[in-house]
Amino acid sequence: MKSTKRSVAFATVGVLALAACGSSAKSTTAGTAAAGTAAAGTPTFNIPKVPTLDKLGAGEGALDIVVWAGYAEDGTNDPKVDWVKPFEKKTGCVVAAKTAGTSDEMVSLIQSGGYDGLSASGDASLRLIVGGDVAPVNTALVPSYTNIQDFLKNRPWNSANGQMYGIPHGWGANVLMYNKSVVTTAPDSWSAVFDPASPYKGKITAYDSPIYIADAALYLSKTKPKLKITNPYALDQAQFDASVALLKAQKPLIGEYWSDYTKYQQAVTSGSIVLGTSWQVIQNALTAQHPPVEVASVIPKEGATGWSDTWMVASKAKHPNCMYMWMDWIASGPINEQVASYFGEAPASKGACTDADGKTLCADYHADDKAYSDSIHFWTTPTKTCLDGRGDVCVPYASWVQAWDAIKG
Amino acid sequence: MTPQDSGGVQRGSVARLARFFDRHPRLRLASFLSGPGAWLIVAYLGSLVLMLLTSLYGLNDFTGKVDRSRTTLENYRQVISTNGPYLAKIVRTIGIAAGVTVIDIVMALPLAFFIAKVLSPRWRRFGIVAVLMPLWASYIVKGYAWRTLLDPAGGVFRKTFHVSPGFGQTGLIMLLAYLWLPYMVLPIVAGLERLPDSLLAASADLGGRNIRTLRSIVLPLLVPAIAAGSIFTFSLSLGDYIAVGLVGGTTSVIGSVVNSNISTNLPFAAAMAAASIVVVGAYLTGARRLGAFDNL
Repeated sequence: MKSTKRSVAFATVGVLALAACGSSAKSTTAGTAAAGTAAAGTPTFNIPKVPTLDKLGAGEGALDIVVWAGYAEDGTNDPKVDWVKPFEKKTGCVVAAKTAGTSDEMVSLIQSGGYDGLSASGDASLRLIVGGDVAPVNTALVPSYTNIQDFLKNRPWNSANGQMYGIPHGWGANVLMYNKSVVTTAPDSWSAVFDPASPYKGKITAYDSPIYIADAALYLSKTKPKLKITNPYALDQAQFDASVALLKAQKPLIGEYWSDYTKYQQAVTSGSIVLGTSWQVIQNALTAQHPPVEVASVIPKEGATGWSDTWMVASKAKHPNCMYMWMDWIASGPINEQVASYFGEAPASKGACTDADGKTLCADYHADDKAYSDSIHFWTTPTKTCLDGRGDVCVPYASWVQAWDAIKG
Repeated sequence: MTPQDSGGVQRGSVARLARFFDRHPRLRLASFLSGPGAWLIVAYLGSLVLMLLTSLYGLNDFTGKVDRSRTTLENYRQVISTNGPYLAKIVRTIGIAAGVTVIDIVMALPLAFFIAKVLSPRWRRFGIVAVLMPLWASYIVKGYAWRTLLDPAGGVFRKTFHVSPGFGQTGLIMLLAYLWLPYMVLPIVAGLERLPDSLLAASADLGGRNIRTLRSIVLPLLVPAIAAGSIFTFSLSLGDYIAVGLVGGTTSVIGSVVNSNISTNLPFAAAMAAASIVVVGAYLTGARRLGAFDNL
């Protein structure tokens, strides 16, 4: 008797599962390359055709966006920090912002649908472009775009096949931060975090994301030139294996990996971490807190990786007009300055550097320094099609994630 | 008012329904269970099965999305591959869960004995509340509190004892043992309450001293209760991914792998989750043999 009841239960579950499977069967989208010429050395991608908005109509009255914490402040955290409510008053688009913690979360949310756009970092944007989840942006409909720093336009993380896919927002570098009272000689090389004989063993940190493999590749591009690494995000198997080996050798030096910057701040304050990769905003928070921690940061001689964020429009957006209005608003000089100042990053708009506060902001973050920006290798999604144009020999991001698991042991 | 005939039988649709169910007791049982049953089968088991089915798919190399056009066992091959890191993580997680279980048994036994046998019935209630009180605090709050305790540079342990386990596997086991202790204490208290005091008296009469009584009488009778408590400590530790991020340092467990893969490689995360289901399933079979299911 018991066995028949059990088989009935399993049969019910099986039928339900099969029914669900049948309805969700999807065929992979065949790609047709978007029209346009690609710059020399960059690959041409097979991107599914997604329609672009060609005329800006009236606002739809609502906007659903996925954002990094601090990008869509509406006064609830600090009554003086609010650029959402003025936008709502001006355009009538009521903003509903969903905060995400990582690029991977953002990609998941956009792919599931229900959102009009997001603030994508470079390691999410290319995935979304190639997956057909975001639409090409008609920059003629965004007046603020003309005032964006030229060196942020048509870059590998925000464009494909010669077409822009978003409006640049702001950028920053992953700097080498150190506690001045413990690390008395200022480091000038990433060897400080890779040296097996480091005196700070066990008190070093690294960014807890597979994209950190690019930092190892960047270091190897200067210290092991035989590997011929030119782009830390375009690694063939041999270059990739060497980078992973370096990180496995680094693991005994690491006290904790970080992804939550408040936890990182606390670890540096207590002294369990004294040295490692960091963001300018964390350094500012540490020197501004009570009591302050004397930290400093450098961009080592090998260069640094970084992140450049872009506002993108979802291909399934229900309120595309409001999304375009939002992008125009937040990329405009004064608002861009407000956001960059609050978050702690270099603003993308030239208009953010005009007034007195803006001049300080732009100087602090090197916002109009093209050479500084060029020294930064911004996060971008590694794809099988090499980003330096070598063809389909590179290691895709999914393998980076699994390699990261192997590195963590 | 429902009309009644001379025989006292009521008419009306409710009455008809009641008579119908009276004649078909199996259908009556089925209708009671349909709500919770639907929850169990559709929401819980159904979603588990869908997750396991997802683990049979791969990813499209270019878009990175799940490729549902064909099934593959590649994810499982990667999980059990001796060249890969995942087997080591699974073994490590089992070790951590086992360590937490043993520590909790050792801590819970004297505590439960005190509550069940030494305290008067009035104070017993307070004792149980005292054991349960940490559960009122949020998990994250307790995690951060332990982070402050374990901090190797300036934490409470370091400042008081000049030595600290630091952030790592030891710290992780300590935090998990602390978190799940109430779940181990309560089944043992229940098991001890079922133990008649006359048995302890009889053992003393027969010449058994405390240790002998504990070893030969009490512990064997408590094995089902201990097994029941261990189900909580083992399975909760096996699946945990938050505690390892707070105090685990660079430790990586099954939960960390699932968490880091879930948005980029859902099928692989599902395969890892399936591995933990297998481990817990084996553990539950063992616990059932020890009589745990009668003591939950």
